[in-house]
Amino acid sequence: MQGANQDKLLWTEAVTKIYNPHLPDEMVALDQASIEINKGEVTVLKGPSGSGKTSLLSIIGCMSRPTAGRVVVKGKDVAKLSERFLTQIRRKTFGFIFQQFNLIRDVSVMENAALPLYPTESGFGEIRHRVDTMLDRFGIAAKKNLKLRKLSGGEQQRVAIVRALINDPEIIIADEPTAHLDLELAKDLLTILADLRQGGKTIIIATHDPMIFEHDCVDRTISMRNGRIEKISMRKQ
Amino acid sequence: MTRHLKILEYALSSLVRRKYKNLAIIAVYSFTIMVLASILFLTHSLKTEAANILATAPDLIIQRTVAGRHDLIPVEYVQEIKKNRGTGKVQPRYWGYYYDAVTEANYTILGVSGTPPELALVTGTAPAGPGECLIGQGVARARKIELGDELILVNSKGKGVLLNVVGTFTAAAEILTNDLIVMPEEEVINFFGLPEGRATDITVEVRNPNEIQNIAARIKRSLPDTRPITRQEIIRTYDAVFNWRSGMMLTIFSSALVAFCILAWDKATGISGEEKAEIGILKAIGWDTGDILELKFWEGLVVSLTAFLLGLIAAFTHVFWFSATILAPVIKGWSVLFPDFRLIPFVDVYQIFVIGCLTVIPYIASTVIPSWKAAITDPETVMRG
Amino acid sequence: MILHPGILALLLASVIVMLMLLYAAAIGTAILFNWDFGSSSARQLALERKAYLVSTLVSYAFGFVVLSGLLYIYTVDDIHELFVGAMCAVGSLNVNPVGWNVLWTKILSFFLAAVWMALNFFDQRAEDFPLVKIKYLFLLLIVPVVAVDLYFQFRYFLGLEPEIITSCCGSLFSEQEATVAGELAGLPVGTMIWLFYLSVALYLAAGTLCLFSRAAFARYLVTVMSLLFFLVAMASIISFISIYIYELPTHHCPFDILQEGYHFIGYPMYISLFGGVLFGLFPGIFQPLKKFPSLRAEITRVEKKWVILSMLGILGFTLISSWPVLFGNLTMQGYY
Repeated sequence: MQGANQDKLLWTEAVTKIYNPHLPDEMVALDQASIEINKGEVTVLKGPSGSGKTSLLSIIGCMSRPTAGRVVVKGKDVAKLSERFLTQIRRKTFGFIFQQFNLIRDVSVMENAALPLYPTESGFGEIRHRVDTMLDRFGIAAKKNLKLRKLSGGEQQRVAIVRALINDPEIIIADEPTAHLDLELAKDLLTILADLRQGGKTIIIATHDPMIFEHDCVDRTISMRNGRIEKISMRKQ
Repeated sequence: MTRHLKILEYALSSLVRRKYKNLAIIAVYSFTIMVLASILFLTHSLKTEAANILATAPDLIIQRTVAGRHDLIPVEYVQEIKKNRGTGKVQPRYWGYYYDAVTEANYTILGVSGTPPELALVTGTAPAGPGECLIGQGVARARKIELGDELILVNSKGKGVLLNVVGTFTAAAEILTNDLIVMPEEEVINFFGLPEGRATDITVEVRNPNEIQNIAARIKRSLPDTRPITRQEIIRTYDAVFNWRSGMMLTIFSSALVAFCILAWDKATGISGEEKAEIGILKAIGWDTGDILELKFWEGLVVSLTAFLLGLIAAFTHVFWFSATILAPVIKGWSVLFPDFRLIPFVDVYQIFVIGCLTVIPYIASTVIPSWKAAITDPETVMRG
Repeated sequence: MILHPGILALLLASVIVMLMLLYAAAIGTAILFNWDFGSSSARQLALERKAYLVSTLVSYAFGFVVLSGLLYIYTVDDIHELFVGAMCAVGSLNVNPVGWNVLWTKILSFFLAAVWMALNFFDQRAEDFPLVKIKYLFLLLIVPVVAVDLYFQFRYFLGLEPEIITSCCGSLFSEQEATVAGELAGLPVGTMIWLFYLSVALYLAAGTLCLFSRAAFARYLVTVMSLLFFLVAMASIISFISIYIYELPTHHCPFDILQEGYHFIGYPMYISLFGGVLFGLFPGIFQPLKKFPSLRAEITRVEKKWVILSMLGILGFTLISSWPVLFGNLTMQGYY
């Protein structure tokens, strides 16, 4: 069943995103997209490339502003906020896992994981403690001082996850997280995501990998095509 | 506060990661600052030293001019000058220039009676009787003689005169005594064949420094063929010459500065793909444009301060340990007799500030726009891979 | 033209700053005409990004403007030895009277630049950039002032001829002169001392009231009193504070106290005075901006810091000035 209003963590109303408006290469990435994300659920945005999944993700993740429409995150309308405030909300509420990890190669594991906390008011000691705890939880504490390029693919994936969780976000956003992973690592990731869901995190994943959208932990699937929401289906009980 | 420190820490790690590029900039930057600072340190040191020594120079020097040119002054003018209230000791001076064909150099020959205060910086003694002289370091070096040796000069009648060197000026007094030969007054009068009752000029001591101008004016009125020169005027002339020379060098240096700024701009604009990607990542994980601008600010500041310090230390070493070997010829003036002395280290906050203004400000100005261009990278680009 | 390094530095830095400001003003004008925060168009986003550039350029430029006043005064004092009759900065300024204009434009620029930086600070902390229009309009007003300052600087320095015989502060600040400076020098010492300390007490009282009251009136009061105190302080420096520092009842010059012979005491005095007055001006100036809901809380929070800093500055100035009066060798008893 649909969650009650107070479980609605995030919703959008008629969000539209147009790139290069009024120009010859104008592109409508999103067209009147309205969705709801409930607390503690795993939502999958499913669709082929070009369907607008990434654009929608970046808008609800407070990384960009829509051309039109409303975006409400934890009760606050963010569609019209300045970059500074948008970033503040993004920092506090979201953790991102990118398809290519997007870690900084020549920087140590520790520093990579701690980066989201640098522009905040957390002290050095607090950051160190949090990073140590997180790295330990994911079994890579021993490698914390190594440069990233010395780690294996799987270990790098874990560093990316630690970085996404370091600021204790309520919502985790993952964009095509399994696109560059082999089967083992993909399964590994799914297990971790399922654990996070158990722990109360809200997760939004954009993917066209059936391994994800057919997984047990997924609560809701939103199908997209050509920038539009085609279908929203709930988990089969 | 913590936030600034954390961003600073990342800035430092970022600089170290791109060490070759940054070291190249720091090297060129430091060199530019070193050149600039050397010019300023040298000029300032020379000015200060000249002022210190000139402090013991006479308050007023009275010269006589005939047809606009310097001429010998009648010694009886001394009595006339003494009539002015406020004057202390009034004495005639006997001195002149000597061209030494052997070394192709010009010396100054000065006559003394007794031990004048400004000649206190001496190794040995002042000349007491005929046949004795006291020489400056430049003369000693040019003629390759020292204390106890003999000096032969040719007088106005073409005859050779033998003098015993009973004293030499110390290095500390070099700037004004370098080319000086001091002898008893009588010797000088004979040497140059000065007519009876004539002196080269007259020195006047004035009790109240505020009255120097007034007394100079009165002397000029009562003795219209004289030209009074105040000590201030001499100091001013030295100052102006030093300023002019250093200013000229600075203007030439400015072309080097422009070249450096172009380099800085180029380096800042030519931000590598990797660096751009890094900024994209930072923005995606929660850094905003302001944070990236602050990062760039710290990077620029660290580079500037490092180069500034290195440049200053190098300049200090160059000027005060190596006596500014590269720059000295231009600043001190072309001359065969070259004072070879240890400059007195003297640096003040104002100079440092001026050097900062001339170098750090142009550098920052060159890097503001490229930094901003890097900082506005769209985080969304990272999402798209 | 005198090729003094300090002069070259000042002129070079001023030209660079002017260029930065002109570029910022050009972008600022575009922002002023096209800003529409409610829109999410590509142009609006580009303008928001450009706003960062303007902020950075102007912050650096104004940072220098604030310091250049000090650099100017020190340089002008440093070159006085090149002129016959000059004993301090006054002599150098009198060689080419345009120099006085530079002093006034520098002081004006200092205050305007500081106000702009405060405006920018608040604008960036609000969610909806409420001060954009005000900020950029104000910038367009400040830029000409800086341009005029640059023009005067060039005219002054290029017009310096060492052969000109100039007069010094002794004649300018002489009690017999019928000029403003002379009048100030001639103010009765006893009365001025009373007036000065009374002003300090009143100002501190106004500041304390502002800290504990929420009334808008208190803020305006502090601003007005800050301005008045500035005038009283400058008059006091000329009329009595200087004579105690110089230990000479006829020496009223406000510039000689910047020299080494007096341990550069003028610098901390003027820095604390200008700093104290500047922070005192802010509360009243920014009070009307509390009408913007997104700014109200922030301004109220920062206001307290301003008032405290202002009071500290004025107190510092008072202590430094009072020291020679209380403990110096000069006694003016019987001369009042």
